[in-house]
Amino acid sequence: FSGSFGEVYQTFHLSIYMSSNNKFSISPEMATQEVQPNETLSNLKAESDTLKTKLEDERAKLHDVELHQVAEKVDGLGQFIMKTRRTLKGHGNKVLCMDWCKDKRRIVSSSQDGKVIVWDAFTTNKEHAVTMPCTWVMACAYAPSGCAVACGGLDNKCSVYPLSLDKNENLAAKKKSVAMHTNYLSACSFTNSDMQILTSSGDGTCALWDVESGQLLQSFHGHAADVLCLDLAPSETGNTFISGGCDKKANVWDMRSGQCIQSFETHESDINSVRYYPSGDAFASGSDDATCRLYDLRADREVAIYSKESIIFGASSVDFSLSGRLLFGGYNDYTINVWDVLKGTRVSILFGHENRVSALRVSPDGTAFCSGSWDHTLRVWA
Amino acid sequence: MTISTLTRGGAQREQQHCLRKMERVIIAMQDPDIGLKMRNQRLLITVIPHAMTGNDIMEWLIQKYNITDEEAGHLGGLLVQYGYIYPLKEPRSLILRSDDSPYRFQTPYFWTSSRWPASELDYAIYLAKKNIRKQGELVDYEKQNYNLLHKRINHTWDFVVMQAREQIRASKQRRKADRIVLECQEQAYWLVNKPCPGAFDVFDLGPERCNVLNSRVILNSSLLFFLLRISSVPNNSLSSHFLLSLSCVCSFMKFCDQYHQHDPIMSGCLPSNPWISDDTTHWTINTDLVGTPTRLRVERWSFSFMELLNDCLGRREFMTYLEKEFSGENLCFWEACEDLRHGESSKIILKVEEVYKTFLSPGAARWVNIDSKTMERTLEGIKQPHRFVMDDAQMHIYFLMKKDSYPRYLKSDLYKNMLSKAIVPQETKKSVFPFMRRQRHSSPSPAMVSQATEDNEPKYL
Repeated sequence: FSGSFGEVYQTFHLSIYMSSNNKFSISPEMATQEVQPNETLSNLKAESDTLKTKLEDERAKLHDVELHQVAEKVDGLGQFIMKTRRTLKGHGNKVLCMDWCKDKRRIVSSSQDGKVIVWDAFTTNKEHAVTMPCTWVMACAYAPSGCAVACGGLDNKCSVYPLSLDKNENLAAKKKSVAMHTNYLSACSFTNSDMQILTSSGDGTCALWDVESGQLLQSFHGHAADVLCLDLAPSETGNTFISGGCDKKANVWDMRSGQCIQSFETHESDINSVRYYPSGDAFASGSDDATCRLYDLRADREVAIYSKESIIFGASSVDFSLSGRLLFGGYNDYTINVWDVLKGTRVSILFGHENRVSALRVSPDGTAFCSGSWDHTLRVWA
Repeated sequence: MTISTLTRGGAQREQQHCLRKMERVIIAMQDPDIGLKMRNQRLLITVIPHAMTGNDIMEWLIQKYNITDEEAGHLGGLLVQYGYIYPLKEPRSLILRSDDSPYRFQTPYFWTSSRWPASELDYAIYLAKKNIRKQGELVDYEKQNYNLLHKRINHTWDFVVMQAREQIRASKQRRKADRIVLECQEQAYWLVNKPCPGAFDVFDLGPERCNVLNSRVILNSSLLFFLLRISSVPNNSLSSHFLLSLSCVCSFMKFCDQYHQHDPIMSGCLPSNPWISDDTTHWTINTDLVGTPTRLRVERWSFSFMELLNDCLGRREFMTYLEKEFSGENLCFWEACEDLRHGESSKIILKVEEVYKTFLSPGAARWVNIDSKTMERTLEGIKQPHRFVMDDAQMHIYFLMKKDSYPRYLKSDLYKNMLSKAIVPQETKKSVFPFMRRQRHSSPSPAMVSQATEDNEPKYL
């Protein structure tokens, strides 16, 4: 794109450095104030609200750039055709979660009746099936090695099942209980190896666990209500992750220290899904307020909203295409909306499911995406 | 089995949100100026006022929201499912027909959001009325519900029957048209709130959410740090923030552009997308350690250092290059640190010792060159080994490779040869006989492949 953008890109480093030596006008102590015995809740709330307003005023002065304005010069996307290429039938009840294997064709899915199934989505064959002792298995994840799956839900736990190819072996026998929360498990994900799992829960916390020993390595407190989703950063240092919750906040966490390093609160309702942009510099969120939003981590703000008046129901699950140009959103009105991330427009709407879309993930090599629904099926689209 | 809906928890809040939005649509549809044109509809021998056809609804939605037929049909269908519009013909079939079937707006008294949850008593009275008016008018599931209620609230049954009789008497005094309208409205309400088992249930919401926990007010520290940063910037440097903002946003465009050709959904993939053509060639030519990689894959190694390292083949090539330059120990050290960070807790002490012996101790076989400050800090940390003790050193070596070895690798003959040897598969022409479906072959499960190889292989990527 045009040379002026390139120039601009280079000069910003210098100007930021120059502005960092000024005096502060607000005392740093205020940054981590907690309730003092003689202060009332309402006083503090009022103070917090005043600061928020002041912050918004300052932000408004800055003439921030919106993504779609800058992207006006980018070519629009042509006609967009994606169809269901595979339908996976076998769950007897609502499909709640799914995850891809690194081999780009296998999938693990979990459902309301406690069943966890591993499929070869390409052939649509079921390869493994486990019945959990609880219902509403809301979280499932495939291990990076492809040798195990993790799942959990209303049992408040996250368990790991090694996948055995021996037909006679009962997978449930080898089950390993790893995480323990005090409320339902909403999401889980392996980190870079099979040895660690990150979980989020209805008890308002996220936690990092050692699979082998079941030991809690780090816990993350900061959400004021149920945490519904999480995603690990693809960054170079691999040390952060994001979470979204019922408190309408999306938080960025440092895995090593347990600290919340950034927080975004622009949604008007529960955040059901968060997913990093492929470069790791931004992330998208899907919420019950029927919008998806894009947040830039370096600029520390929301840069795009993906919404339409005719979309009334919440987005339950979002994911990017490989280049980050497209954002796929599964919604509670049974549809999948495809958004042009740069221009902010909707490129396509996909029909097919007969009940809510509860899970949506793009395959590891970006050739397709899979959606799971309350209509008991999963569909692979390409 | 539905999860209890008696308490207004998070799932109900979400529902209320959607219902309010649907109500806004409904109100707009009934607006005297921009809304639907309603007319009288004939139902058997009675004339029902203020009705519209399914077609009218579709057209209005298409025009108002600038959407396609299919989407309008879908949205309209949801309005019917949630009880805001009900069909006059075939009332039990809650779908939107895009023809001249008559529909009516539900009265706000009976909106799903106003009377929630539906009262058991009201339902009993409704069923009793139906039963009294015409014996045998209740269908199976209604009969069952009636019997259940009769048992459950037996103590107030006299009241129920009395109310039912009273309401029937009152309705007989109304004009026939009004009576029919009221009966339709009431029936529509109950069809949504007490659906036939197996039919769509709008109250099927999922597990309860939103147990609001903290009553403490913790001032969001990140908000405040942002405020500190901004309020400390003098006015003439506001442009610097603008530039930061602009550059961040530009970087997205740059990224999308760079990866455009590599995104199979945007640009297709060669020779064909396996999911579309049933041909797995694309996967076989892109396996982890394939003999000759594709051109796109090798090009991607030049996008960022992380891309090179994340690809096993790329990493192996880079290792070969580093060994030529006698700096292979850097990559080995980095890999060992990754293994430490992501490995089992029980092996941490052992691994830290290994790393120290191999890479950091004076005279070590594969000594890595770290600056003295970092080395000092690391050696101090090793005294109490933990998973992150090598982080500083690892970061130092990582950036060393990234800033120095990586750019030189990209300019090297090794890389250039790789690029020239790389294959560009031919795009498969669309099949002449599109109905002939290819055989879909299964692939070996990663679980099996791994069982064959030894457990000592590091299981990270």
